[in-house]
Amino acid sequence: MPLNKTTLLDMYWHMLLARRLDERAWQLHKDGEINYHISGIGHEALQVAAAFAIRRGEGGYASDWVAPYYRDLALMLALGYPPQDYLLGLFARAADPSSGGRQMPNHWSFKPANVISVSPVAASQIPHAVGIALAIKNKREDKIVLATSGEGATSQGEWYEAVNWAAVKRLPVVFLVENNQYALSTPQEGQMAVARAADKANGLGLPGVSVDGNDLNAVYDAVSSAAERARKGRGPSLVEAVTYRITPHSSDDDDRAYRGKQEVEAQKKRDPLLHTRIFLETEDVLTSAKQTEFETKARELIEAAVEFARSAPDPDPETLTASLYAEEGADG
Amino acid sequence: MADLTLLEAIRQALDEEMARDDSILLIGNDVGPRGGVFQATHGLRRKYGPERVIDAPLAEAGMVGVGIGAALYGQRPVVEIQFADFIHPAFNQIVNEAARMHYRSNGAWNVPLVIRAPYGGGIGGGLYYSQSVEAFFARVPGLKVVLPSNPYDAKGLLKAAIRDPNPVLFLEPKQGYRSLQGKVPKDDYTVPIGKAKITRLGERVSLLAYGMMHALALEAAESLAEEGISVEVIDLRTLYPVDQETILASVKKTNRALILYEDNLTGGYGAEIAALIAEHGFASLDAPVRRLAAPDVPAMPYSAALEDAFMPDIEIVKETLRELVAY
Repeated sequence: MPLNKTTLLDMYWHMLLARRLDERAWQLHKDGEINYHISGIGHEALQVAAAFAIRRGEGGYASDWVAPYYRDLALMLALGYPPQDYLLGLFARAADPSSGGRQMPNHWSFKPANVISVSPVAASQIPHAVGIALAIKNKREDKIVLATSGEGATSQGEWYEAVNWAAVKRLPVVFLVENNQYALSTPQEGQMAVARAADKANGLGLPGVSVDGNDLNAVYDAVSSAAERARKGRGPSLVEAVTYRITPHSSDDDDRAYRGKQEVEAQKKRDPLLHTRIFLETEDVLTSAKQTEFETKARELIEAAVEFARSAPDPDPETLTASLYAEEGADG
Repeated sequence: MADLTLLEAIRQALDEEMARDDSILLIGNDVGPRGGVFQATHGLRRKYGPERVIDAPLAEAGMVGVGIGAALYGQRPVVEIQFADFIHPAFNQIVNEAARMHYRSNGAWNVPLVIRAPYGGGIGGGLYYSQSVEAFFARVPGLKVVLPSNPYDAKGLLKAAIRDPNPVLFLEPKQGYRSLQGKVPKDDYTVPIGKAKITRLGERVSLLAYGMMHALALEAAESLAEEGISVEVIDLRTLYPVDQETILASVKKTNRALILYEDNLTGGYGAEIAALIAEHGFASLDAPVRRLAAPDVPAMPYSAALEDAFMPDIEIVKETLRELVAY
């Protein structure tokens, strides 16, 4: 089903907001205001498309569940995660809803949208997604799970164990592999012998498709089909969305050690934000007035969030040992 | 009250809890129609069905990880690791994921998960069916480590573990699955996690043990009573968080302590207890704190002769206690 204009504009808005937030985080790091940033620049189209392809609590449906990874800023925003919460995480403030400043930035947890808490150990969250799907299937609930990871994570034993399990038990999961062609410094060919991460699905007995991760519509269609299949009880799917990590791995990385400037510059021409903007302008969905309006709105939102987070209190040292164990009566 | 074996008490706890709460799932290898390699889940598949008694693909990290996911969704999974020796592939999921979930999400998510694993030697299990793994885990904040020594405690502690909103590693002394027997009430009861138990009152020396070694400790204490040496025996029951109060109160009374465990000596669980006593009970000590454990070789060779040489035996326990009292 083609996306209507309103939805396309809404998707583009989340992509733009993610990009501007990400750029602001780099600047905050450069200015010495925050200690760490891990970027999702280049992943915006595929993440927003995936978020829009699942149920986000709209239309009276219960929200699907999501097991994300640290590059998923645009996905999180599209799931309703407020920019202010992101900034609180960057500054490791007490009010950071992901972890109260305990985790490094981008290690999401967002219970209102059924986003579970994640660690940076690649693929650790994939078995959790499968366990959630197992419970959903047992309870015969009309929900699915979206599990995301980079392509590097598909080398992990836990990734294979989890995907295999989901395939064996026909569980409602969509495994989205965000292939940005580098796992820190290791290029895809150092990571797998198959041409596409999606090819791994063949050996595990589930459908696998590889799509252009900079093509909003292609990712939306692929994830929508996989989600529908899962919802109908026909089991999991693997969707690979191929993009390019335009920035270094993180603020601690220097990518000049392992790739040339020319390569990065060439890839920037495929920038999903640019690509989507051109597409929307060609389709007469996005006007220059709308573009300006979005830019202004994003800037205002972001600067207000920066101001808020900058002056928000740090966690009280007294809370170092708090919430180590759940108390009796906690819900699971 | 019926006389049950350790294994029967564990099965009864699982059965009663599954009847009480339909969010409880069993996940493991061969736990379904096979009933588990030790028969801990015998008959439960027929009673509760394949959706609640789940034969998993052979992947320990996957089992624990899937258990965590189901727990995040409000289920109460009990994952069986067939032998504690096979828990190592799941270390990441237990330590990095289950144990940290509540802390790292600042209390937003909790993981009500039990991981059961038969541990320990004396059954001819060789290097990979005999290990004691408690020391790897009994120091991980966010995790609880429980280790029963008898059927009554096993049933009550397992029920407490299942009802606990946190991840609990429940280690079962498999050598005693059939040999450890005792009265177990049919009623519903729990044994609190975090409480040690004085199982024999004594005056001259505190002997601290858990699991299968607790039976050896009691035997040694009874034998030494005939020599006029009064030994107080403490069954630690929960290794983490440990019951400091009971341990320190006993040492304050007896002024001497021996910790008996089946794991390798170095960095074993007894090291922490020795440190605890040295740090908080030094003034009451009349002798050095002693540890009695297995030697620092991989647990444990297959040959019966080598296995016997590995396991602490009653003579050395008694001799060490005599030395302590004479110090």
